[in-house]
Amino acid sequence: MTRRSIALVTAAGCAAILAAVAYAPQVLRAQQAQAPLPIHQVPQAKDGGVVVMLCDGKTSMEVKGLKTGESMSHAQAVEVTRELMAQWQREHPNEKWQMAQTDESSQPVPAPSAASGADVSKPSSTVPSMEAGAKPPAKGMQQGDTYASFTDRDYKVWKNETDNFVAEGKRIFHSDKELGGTIGVSCDMCHPDASNTHPETYPKYQVQLQKVALLRDMINWCIENPVKGKAFDPNDPKLRALEAYILAQRKGVPLNYGKH
Amino acid sequence: MAARHKSVETKYMEERDAVLRGLRGLDRRTFLKVLAASAGAVMSKGLITPHSFQLVEVANAAPDKTAEATGMAGKPPFTFAYISDTHLYPRTLNQRFVRGAVKAVEDVNALDPQPDFVLFGGDLAQTGRHEELELGRQILAELKAPVKMMVGEHDWFYDLGDSWKDMFGPPNYSFDWKGVHVVVLMSVHEKDFWTARKLTPAERMGIVAGLDNGIQSRFEVGDEERKWLSDDLAKVPHTTPLLVFSHSPLYKYYRNWNFWTEDAEQVQAILKPYKHVTVIHGHTHQMLYNQIANISFYGMLSTAWPWPYAPTGLPPLTIQMNRADPFDQFDGLGDGQLNVRPDGLADKIYNLWDRNPVSVKADYLISHGKVARPPAPQFASY
Ligand code: HEC
Ligand SMILES: [Fe+2]
Ligand SMILES: [Fe+2]
Repeated sequence: MTRRSIALVTAAGCAAILAAVAYAPQVLRAQQAQAPLPIHQVPQAKDGGVVVMLCDGKTSMEVKGLKTGESMSHAQAVEVTRELMAQWQREHPNEKWQMAQTDESSQPVPAPSAASGADVSKPSSTVPSMEAGAKPPAKGMQQGDTYASFTDRDYKVWKNETDNFVAEGKRIFHSDKELGGTIGVSCDMCHPDASNTHPETYPKYQVQLQKVALLRDMINWCIENPVKGKAFDPNDPKLRALEAYILAQRKGVPLNYGKH
Repeated sequence: MAARHKSVETKYMEERDAVLRGLRGLDRRTFLKVLAASAGAVMSKGLITPHSFQLVEVANAAPDKTAEATGMAGKPPFTFAYISDTHLYPRTLNQRFVRGAVKAVEDVNALDPQPDFVLFGGDLAQTGRHEELELGRQILAELKAPVKMMVGEHDWFYDLGDSWKDMFGPPNYSFDWKGVHVVVLMSVHEKDFWTARKLTPAERMGIVAGLDNGIQSRFEVGDEERKWLSDDLAKVPHTTPLLVFSHSPLYKYYRNWNFWTEDAEQVQAILKPYKHVTVIHGHTHQMLYNQIANISFYGMLSTAWPWPYAPTGLPPLTIQMNRADPFDQFDGLGDGQLNVRPDGLADKIYNLWDRNPVSVKADYLISHGKVARPPAPQFASY
């Protein structure tokens, strides 16, 4: 059976579950030019169905009767996600699965899909006890799973990676050649330090584009027009890096979509 | 592949490409004609609202009442126009900025009566190459009124001024005009950051051309030019109004982008004994004005691209211009005109293309904002 990916969004909006994560090679390159990313090894289907796996890269189950390329019904998808989460909780009896809706500090935002009434949205069944995990949390701190098991070194590596990605975006932003420009113009000429790019205001309706634009649409527009280059594919690593740089320059500015 | 969006400008450019394709070979007179004709074609399709140079003021200012009351009247008023920051690339590479420069020339030539002279505010070229300066010289040669040239950093840092000086003469000079002493300063010197780094001329130019790279030094008038200025002013009485043309602002606005003159205080001190001093500067590509003690400052518009206001340091008297519309190549750009009053102070008109002109009175600045406040922007920067 070939690997494929299916993203399921549960009715409760609590867990996005990634199945059979197989990145297409060009997406991989988009992510990181040098080393290939680790790929979750999804077990082969034994009964001719489709194997669905959690984001942890371990917990999986086979959906019997589902054919490659077929989609599950909503009810079936809810059932599958619940089954997977239950399995994960059996294997992690001491971990707390945090439900956004049960976090008292956050605003209760009604999840639009919750109307389907699937009972996986009920938090009671998903809150195991808080006793001793792998790493005892500091006093007054909640317990975490994935992130709690990383070290300071890991955080440094991630920061480094992120900063490099942003720096790559900065380089492209400042180079008419990298942008594929044909008239010698680069973004920094009109946007020093990415000023006036206002990434926090997207999505917003742009009259002249006659649609609701995302940041990347506006970047592409500026590439096509003042810079006179060719619009980048949405997955082009250069476009991703440009977005990263522009966003990084506005760190701390509140999101304010739709603002003109 | 993302769906291709066709903006107004894309369509506009596509339509015009055919017209402009033959441009390279044309001589400059035909070139202007082609441009005007194709612009007309676009306007008639309603893609761009037609605008021409509209005067909101009488070109020759009426004798000023304040000046009369304070006994400073008597000198004839006069008008001069400016064009600044055209940033031309070689003509084979880029037509966008050529269109801006040509549009400004057409504007100024349409002034009736004609201004006494036209100040060119610097940054004629984008990368300081001889052919860029030569293209600029050709475009400016179309002006009917005499042109006073000033140098900008983009003109200078490829060959450290060789081509510019060959074409236009010494970058510092002064002259007297209808009772006003006019000084043109070379104010974009930078301390040597290139020798130690073993940079090529092209690399040096590239670094100076970028605002936000942090490698270049800050602009300065420098010891030599300040000495030249002091010497030049030695023979000018302190009651004579001064007009100082400088590419860098001669004050400190925002260091990171070199909206900055490192020795600004020293230059201001040299100008201090004079009753009325007006500094007209380029480089900042935005509506920008300031008053420091006896000196009124006005920043010129560019014809190539507008710059955002810097995050800090904006002079409190500056009323921002609306943010530019990226879908309109000419928005936020333009040229302008100064009406010099009998007392030597100057009222200024920002001739913003595709927008109403904005007038900034000398009285607004010298009263520190108490009178004649210019209109507020609808879309300030954020
Ligand atoms: C010739 C000048 C010029 C160049 C070059 C240019 N832009 Fe722009 N761009 C503008 C102007 C002017 C605006 C409008 C700014 C505002 O709203 O204040 C703008 C707007 C934007 C916006 C939207 C801002 C908002 O408020 O929604 C983004 C994003 C943007 N540019 C990105 C880029 C990128 C990326 C590049 C390089 C590929 C680029 N621009 C090149 C002039 C330019
Ligand atoms: Fe400039
Ligand atoms: Fe400049």
